[in-house]
Amino acid sequence: MAYSNKAKDFFSAELTGIRDAGTYKEERYIESPQGAMITVEYPEGAPQKEVINFCANNYLGLSSHPDVIRAAEEGLQKRGYGMSSVRFICGTQDIHNELEKKLTAFLGTEDTVLFASCMDANAGVFDVALGKEDAMIADRLVHASIVDGMRLCKAQLYNYKHANMEHLEEKLKETQECRFRMIITDGVFSMDGDIAPLDKIVALAERYDAMVMVDDSHATGFMGKTGRGTHEHCGVFGKIDVITTTLGKALGGASGGCVSGRKEIVELCRQRARPYLFSNTVPPVIITAANTVLDLISKTTDRRDLLEKNTLYFRKKMTEAGFDIREGVHPIVPIMLYNAKLAQDMARDLYDEGIYVIGFSFPVVPKGQARIRVQISAAHEKEHLDKAIAAFTKIGGKYTILGKSKKEIIELYGY
Amino acid sequence: MSEDLKKTIIDYVKKEYLEEDSEEDVDENTPLISSGIVDSFSMVSLKTFLEKKFDIKIPDEKATTEAFDSVNNIIALLTEFKVT
Repeated sequence: MAYSNKAKDFFSAELTGIRDAGTYKEERYIESPQGAMITVEYPEGAPQKEVINFCANNYLGLSSHPDVIRAAEEGLQKRGYGMSSVRFICGTQDIHNELEKKLTAFLGTEDTVLFASCMDANAGVFDVALGKEDAMIADRLVHASIVDGMRLCKAQLYNYKHANMEHLEEKLKETQECRFRMIITDGVFSMDGDIAPLDKIVALAERYDAMVMVDDSHATGFMGKTGRGTHEHCGVFGKIDVITTTLGKALGGASGGCVSGRKEIVELCRQRARPYLFSNTVPPVIITAANTVLDLISKTTDRRDLLEKNTLYFRKKMTEAGFDIREGVHPIVPIMLYNAKLAQDMARDLYDEGIYVIGFSFPVVPKGQARIRVQISAAHEKEHLDKAIAAFTKIGGKYTILGKSKKEIIELYGY
Repeated sequence: MSEDLKKTIIDYVKKEYLEEDSEEDVDENTPLISSGIVDSFSMVSLKTFLEKKFDIKIPDEKATTEAFDSVNNIIALLTEFKVT
């Protein structure tokens, strides 16, 4: 054994540094299925507490939907638990092929390949599609998995100010001599719930002969009139070259992701994407459940319509209550508090009121942009939303921030 | 230290990283990375700009967040490449 005291002390000091910086992430134990109401043990050893969950990516409320659970059980019985293989050896069942076809139809693309996660899809796709003669031009706020994926790729890296089309155009002009360019963005940005201007991005891409890649993890299943995603919402359905997305959020919330898009790029992913080649196949139980999710949301828009209704109601009532919330239409609703301690204190008090939300601060969001991020679900009943609005109003009153502007909140609490 | 060099870098940082309505100002001592004006991902634009502008290649081990944390630090780094 060569785990020396020197190594042990080093790792311990790193952990102390994380704690001192206030960025240590604690896990809370949930002792129920995922849903609008969950049972939580926090801190460890504390009595169980029933709370309304406002921090899951369970947008369509399908994580514990009876039809989805039934499909998973059926998959378990008919196709077994594990495949003990990567896809190209003996890990591909007919149901994997079926799901890839359904995702292709739903997303309006040419082909799809499943990955163990969207993190893996993002880690693999750039290195497959681009080389050192090419340029990746990314929005500055893209998800960490895209940043990591781009780091694994030899193409030249450029980035533009968040959603700033003039700056993107500058970068497109700057990279005219590259063989291929790919504009890279999240469809919906997870901390603000703001939507990439994909219509303008596609127009620029056409003008400057660039491809477009979108990570639509926070949009697939509910953004757009029929829930296809940000491309449908922005009127550019069928015009995105590469979409990566997840089964781990709206589409049942278990795990798994995909690259969907131009068939040659997808086919190359099957041949060369390292996270695909060297990860086990997504287990049958998830695949059969995801197939049922795709059937459910292709047949009716009821759940995305309900989510939209819940979102608009919550946003309207919270604005009326005097909270400073980022405008928008997405179920991610950032309650802006600016000060990190205020965000943590309010989240703790809300938990005591039976509302499970999390405060986010630097480095997860930019300095001085601390907030509580609320995520609305189609699983929320009106009474859940009303209870949350009442609790927020009570706690907001306690900290005297209701009706106050950004400037006034900062004057009270600082950055 | 060349005033022109300082101005070139400050102008680039303002144009590349600050929003038009930003109230922040940047001088040669302003922390860039540790203040959050430039995050580690966005730093690549600054590195590419310096390499193209001064026709140099900054190796990754020298392109640290400390080396890029202020215009003064960047100028110190550039002097290693005989840019003044």
